[in-house]
Amino acid sequence: MSATPFIQFSGVQKSFKVEGRHFVAVRNVSLQVQRGEIITLVGPSGCGKSTLLNMTAGLFGPTEGQVHYDGAEVKGVNTRVGYMTQADHLLPWRTVAGNIAVPLQIRRVPKAQIDARVEELMALVGLTGFGESYPNQLSGGMRKRAAMARLMASDPETLLMDEPFGALDAQMRLTLQTELLRLCRKLNKTVLFVTHDVDEAIALADRCVVFAGRPGTIDHVLDIPLTGERNLVQLRSDPRYVALCAELWKRLAPDVAGAADPASLAHSLEVV
Amino acid sequence: MIQVYRVLFLVFLLLLWEGVSRWFGVEFFISRPSAVAQSLWKILLNGVFFYHAGITTLEAVLGFFFGSLAGLIAGLVLGRAKVLADILDPFLTAFYSLPKVALAPLFILWFGIGLPMKVILTAAVVFFLVFLNTYSGVRNVSREQLTILRLMGAKERDLLTMVVIPSAFTWVFTGLRLSVPYALIGALVGEIIAANRGLGYLLSDAASQFDTAGVFAALAGIIALALILNTAVKLAERKLMPWKANEAEREVAV
Repeated sequence: MSATPFIQFSGVQKSFKVEGRHFVAVRNVSLQVQRGEIITLVGPSGCGKSTLLNMTAGLFGPTEGQVHYDGAEVKGVNTRVGYMTQADHLLPWRTVAGNIAVPLQIRRVPKAQIDARVEELMALVGLTGFGESYPNQLSGGMRKRAAMARLMASDPETLLMDEPFGALDAQMRLTLQTELLRLCRKLNKTVLFVTHDVDEAIALADRCVVFAGRPGTIDHVLDIPLTGERNLVQLRSDPRYVALCAELWKRLAPDVAGAADPASLAHSLEVV
Repeated sequence: MIQVYRVLFLVFLLLLWEGVSRWFGVEFFISRPSAVAQSLWKILLNGVFFYHAGITTLEAVLGFFFGSLAGLIAGLVLGRAKVLADILDPFLTAFYSLPKVALAPLFILWFGIGLPMKVILTAAVVFFLVFLNTYSGVRNVSREQLTILRLMGAKERDLLTMVVIPSAFTWVFTGLRLSVPYALIGALVGEIIAANRGLGYLLSDAASQFDTAGVFAALAGIIALALILNTAVKLAERKLMPWKANEAEREVAV
């Protein structure tokens, strides 16, 4: 069973038609993800990272090649994944509590249990007391946290996350990263996580997939040989972590990173 | 302060009216506020006004209710069934282009001159406004929101109750608000054409007796009725769409 990968992209190519012209979003992508793995995807904007998430969710199929999920080809909406997109897509006519309750209501969870669970999740993402607010009354970061709580409420076996923590302040980001890591390890969740943050890409990942741009191809897969259970604060001073960050910077921006000593560059970036 | 100016403006208008009517001797055509007030006072006291206004309100409200209910259902169904909508499109456009009051003679033929005729005429007028707005509302539902919920395992029923209907709500209410004056038009036109009760009847009856003051009194009653109905819809809108209410109060920021 463990021999067959949980999520498998085989020779995936996807092209879109934009204003009559074909444009290739991803080309020749092959990647195997094991159950319980946390994979981060980094690379320049518009190199097809989100496209891979969309195909895993079954929102559209590849033009060439196949995407397999748990042994079967993905056809149609894949309800075993939870997707947190860049836009939060909260329902404006529901309160924060109402939005977080959506996946529970879909599963016909009894009302009392929903209320308790929603309260718990709001505390977790720091939205206690905002349950009765409407999304248009919240800041961007708060809306992200509400979307995060909704994703946790839906409790899918695989999480697809597209820059979920981009709009958050440093402390909240750390809290949610820690929580995500803890939950995913405990419940053996599989995660595909798109980020533009190099620290995040290393700190959360078992493997980090580096993309090269237009059309998007996998440039390199970086193994992250850190333990599954990590303390994200202590990690910052771990020399292996520092070296990995430098390594990733070299992959992403070889011209810039080559100029400086990798270790010092990683440090200077942390200060920024 | 604005309120004071408004009252002053109203007083000015009434005085102008009274003056023109008296100095130029045209009271037969335009009556005068004091005569209108007297006439209105009379029908208010002897209950004639309330009887007729009650009839008109009943017709307008019933027509509004059935027309908007049918429009709502048709809008929801056609909004979700794209093929059906495409097939019916030219027929709906044709029927929409027809001024609904032109159907009054036909409705009289079918339903007589009683209450049902006015209710059906009103419903026909209201139906299209609510239908078209609901239809565009359903069509404008965010596909991303639907997709996110589908990934959570939502069935068609969940999508309808959680996304489609609330999202269409805003549009539906626009349709309802637009419909209020048209509901009154439907009821009044029905009464003016053929009736022995209602504000429309009161209006045409006063005119046929050259009772200009009575005509204006009836018009004042119709305005009051329209204002009350409009306020009712606005209040319902606030109650049913709290997320819209706070949108209006929110400070603008970009």
